[in-house]
Parts: sequence; C-alpha cells; structure tokens
Amino acid sequence: MSGADSTVQEYSRPGQFKEFWSYFSENRGAIVGLCIFVVFIIIALFADFIAPHSATQQYREALLQPPFWQEGGTTQFLLGTDAVGRDMLSRLIHGARYSFFIGMVVVVISAGSGVLIGLIAGFSRGWVDTLIMRLMDILLAFPSLLLALVMVAILGPSLMNAMIAIAIVLQPHYVRLTRAAVLQELPKDYVTSARVVGASKARLMFVTVLPNCLAPIIVQAALSFSTAILDAAALGFLGLGAQPPTPEWGTMLADSREFVLRAWWVVTFPGLAILINVLAINLMGDGLRDALDPKLKRS
Amino acid sequence: MLNFILRRVGTFIPTFIGVSIISFLFIRLLPGDPILLMAGERGMSDERYAQLMTQFGFDQPLLTQYWSYLTGILQGDLGLSFRTKRPVWDEFFTLFPATLELSLCAIVFAVVLGIPAGIVAAVKRGKWPDQALMTTALVGYSMPIFWWALLLIIFFSGMLGWTPVSGRISLMFFFPTDTGFMLIDSYRSGQAGAFASAVEHLILPTIVLGTIPLAVIARQTRSAMLEVLSEDYVRTAKAKGLSPFRVNGLHALRNALIPVITVIGLSVGTLMAGAILTETIFSWPGIGKWMVEGISSRDYTAVQGGLLMIAVIVMVVNLLVDLLYGFINPKIRK
Repeated sequence: MSGADSTVQEYSRPGQFKEFWSYFSENRGAIVGLCIFVVFIIIALFADFIAPHSATQQYREALLQPPFWQEGGTTQFLLGTDAVGRDMLSRLIHGARYSFFIGMVVVVISAGSGVLIGLIAGFSRGWVDTLIMRLMDILLAFPSLLLALVMVAILGPSLMNAMIAIAIVLQPHYVRLTRAAVLQELPKDYVTSARVVGASKARLMFVTVLPNCLAPIIVQAALSFSTAILDAAALGFLGLGAQPPTPEWGTMLADSREFVLRAWWVVTFPGLAILINVLAINLMGDGLRDALDPKLKRS
Repeated sequence: MLNFILRRVGTFIPTFIGVSIISFLFIRLLPGDPILLMAGERGMSDERYAQLMTQFGFDQPLLTQYWSYLTGILQGDLGLSFRTKRPVWDEFFTLFPATLELSLCAIVFAVVLGIPAGIVAAVKRGKWPDQALMTTALVGYSMPIFWWALLLIIFFSGMLGWTPVSGRISLMFFFPTDTGFMLIDSYRSGQAGAFASAVEHLILPTIVLGTIPLAVIARQTRSAMLEVLSEDYVRTAKAKGLSPFRVNGLHALRNALIPVITVIGLSVGTLMAGAILTETIFSWPGIGKWMVEGISSRDYTAVQGGLLMIAVIVMVVNLLVDLLYGFINPKIRK
C-alpha cells in the first residue's frame, strides 16, 4: 500500500485466488462452513473405513436401541439402532456419500446445461432468446418441489430420477443469470476487440465472455448444491427419491416416521445431518457471494 | 401505467399457455397406455378400449386434443378424478381453503416475526443481536422442514402434550363448513372449545410452513433497511434530531418495505411447495396432501389438474405483485 511509489512495475496485482481468499476469509461464518464441508467430504470419501458397521446389516438382537448415553444404549452402537437393528451412525456416515453425490450431480447437470443455454440466449438474441426465456418462465411458474414431484411420477421413483428432476427444476436460474451476465459483458470494449480480431462465436462465448460471467454462477452453484440436497431429501421423505434400504438421509427419515414418538434418535440424527450439511454450504455461499459479487459486497 | 399493465399481462398469456401444455402433456408422458391409466380397468375388451378412446378424445389429432383441453380449462373443466370419479375442479376448490388458511397463517407468522427481526438486525448491525438473528435466520433458511415438523411433534405433542399431531380440528366437533376456513367456521358454530381446538391444530403446521418465509423475510428486511439507512434523507432526519424510532420506523422502514413486499408475494411458490410436505406430515386435508396422494394412488387427472391450478395461482399472485410493485415504484414501469 505504498502510494508514494511512482514506478508502476512494483505493483504486482495479487493473484486472483489470493484476492478472493482475503475477502472470503473475512467472513467467519464462511470459514466455519468451509471447515464443516471439508469434514463432510472426508467422511463421505472414507465412509467405508470410518463407519463402525455396515450400513445395511441388521442386528436383530438390538432393535431400536437408544444412543450410548441413554439407559439401554451400548457403545457398540454409538447413536443407537433403527427399527430393524441397523447402526444409525454407520448409516449416517454412508448417507454423507449420497448427499454429496446428489449435490455434485445436480449442480453439474443444471449448471452445465443452464450456462450453455444462457450463453446461447444471450448471444443469439432475437426469437431464439425470446423462446428460451419464455420456456424458462414456464418452468419457473411451477413451485420447484411440485414440478420435481410430478417429473418423478413420470420417470418413476428412484434417486437418479429425483436428481434429474431437481436438476431440470434448478436449471432456469442458471439460464437467467448467465444471459443477464452475458448481456452486461457484450457491449464492453474487450468483447468488441476480440470480435474485431476475428474470434469465432464459440471462442467469444466460452473463452472471452464466459470467464467474466462466472461470479454469479459460482454463487448460484453453491445455493443449488444445498437446494439439491434439501429437495432430494424431501423427495426421499415422500417416498419418491432414493428407495430403502439406501441410507439416504431423507429416506431414513421416511422410514422412521412411525417411531417419532417412541424413538427420538431415529428421527433426530438424519435430519440434523441434513441441516448441518445444508447450513455449512449456505454459510459458504454467503461468503462466496461477498467475495465474488462486488455489487452485493458488504451488505 | 396502462402500458405497463398491458405489457405485463401480455407475458402472462404465453406463460399460461406453456403451463397448460405441460400439464396437458403430463398424462401423455406417463409410462404406460394413457387410456388404460385413465380408465383404471383391467382386462378390457377391444370394443371397450375403442369406446374409451373416443370418449377421452384420444382418436383425435394431438392439437385438437389440446384445444379441447384448453377450452375445458377455461370453462372450469379439469376432467374427472380416477379415484373418486368426481370433477377435479370441485375437489380442488373443496380442499383449497384448507391450504389457503394454513398458508395465510404461515405468512402472517413470518411477517410478524420476520420484519421486526430484520429491523433490529439492521439497526444493531454487526453487534450481537444482528449476529444472533442472522445466524438463526440462516438456520431457518437451511431447515429441512419435514424434519423440523417431526421435531416439533416430538417436543410439543410427545413430551409436553400441548398440541395435537394431525388434522384441522378435534373429531368431537361437528358443524357446517360454509367458508372452508376452519377458524371462521368453528367460531361461527358457537360450540364451546371448537375455535380453541382449531387454533391448537393450526399452531405447529403454521410454524413449520412459515419457517423458511420467516428466514427469507428477516434477511431481506435487514438488507433493505441497511440500504435505506445509508440514504441522505435518513441522515437528514437524524440531523434534524428526530427520535431513533421516528427515523427507523417511519422514514426508513416505509421505503425498505417495498422489496420486502415483493419477497412476501414471491413466497407463494415456496408456500405451495412447503404445503406438500407440511400437509403430508400433519394430515392436513389440503391441496398438498391431495397431490401427494394423487401421485401415490395414480390418480393422474387429479395431479394434472392440481399441477395446472397451483401454477396458475402462483402466476396470478406474481402478476399482482409485479403490478403492485409498478404502482408503488414508477421506475419499474419502463
């Protein structure tokens, strides 16, 4: 910060990542979120080694056993067992995998297709643009969970179909964001100069313009990661997502609904896992927004 | 203004047509033969099949089928439910008041708590009340509401025994449901305890359905207030020596509320999605539960009708919010 120096050479712009990190790390919540997220990733990756039991093995002699600190609980099953004697802790640990798998797949499908369609809409203008945007309006007219529900009814209930449905429901947001960002970038000088130099349309789209539109898209990706986890769990809970005995957290909750007044642990822990996971990602999302989106900075 | 209204309504019509096409295609995209699905009969003879095909109009070209579907909708004809053989339109509007009552209570709950929370957070920006409120709001925003419902049931119904677990009113009461709004009907019935029972049944579903809108409204109010508080006219008001209450409450809040009203209007979609989960858990006899049951019992005409009606309701509310917004804020009309 030595403003007195006149030689321009000495200022080296901090690396993009470093600049991002300095903003991001100012937000304490975002750091906490990131730490929790990393822990979840580690649990998901090494579930086989961490989990004390198998996720599907039924211990018939220990049905609905409470957690170890309650009367009747044992340290063999730290968080107790469910109605058919499966270890809760192990199922939760394996469930982390599904959560991340769902988040990743949905974000990749919805962001990938949404950004592409948004680029096409922004670059082509005219009737193509109008058609695309009207289609997106139509998709957005339906409440997301309802549309996902109906799509699953068409495709059949399974985790894969639930992910496809959620991805389709989330995709219009990317289209709108990308298109808006493209329209903002297009009249700028650097785009014009690239065009004058003779860059092809594809190069203009993906190499020249897209990198400058990424900030809102990344923030949206974080948001839709958590939405995907929540919606997939909701579909699982309604019996339209992952099917039992998959240890997906929403499906686990659906299995345990009838024990809600008898065995609090089978209900409490899967939901807590969803909440902590989603909360961590949303905390990170807030930090990302603060760091990446200058318009919303420090609000 | 008229120009603005016409333009906004102009975008409504193509979206409505698109939505009707999606709900029209829904039954035709289902796996399996739509005629067998719709008839719900097994071991059907060829003659009967041909007869049904004519009856449902499946022998017509797709465009003709769509046209008769569209004209049907506009006359309030959504077909007959597979399950109950009653008109879907009637079923929808019999159940809709239950969802509307719950949604209104939820939004009132969200506004009454959310706006003050947002104001306090903005005024105490960066201090502990701000941090506590915004952390709570983020937790609410991240909440899987179906789990939240179960937790509340465990605590308030299971442990404390304060609230009932399901339904709209205790089975002890019986009175005509003219309006469909249990609070009004039970009050008008004049039966001792009926109104109290209706209120008791509403508490948990209201909290559950209102949680996410509450979090969104609190966050939105805070950021809108922060923006307004840095404006010149607020500084002028402070400089004139007005009390903090007058500055924050009258000068700032009035302008901060504009985006908040939009958020409230736009949460109709969230409420409808939330109603699906909330009503299923609390056995609340509304549209959300009806849709889920429709899917699980393969009552596809009901699902088709519900899908269309919910989308239309969301679209109409969004249209009204936009018009209201244009009315309040002339800059939008451009």
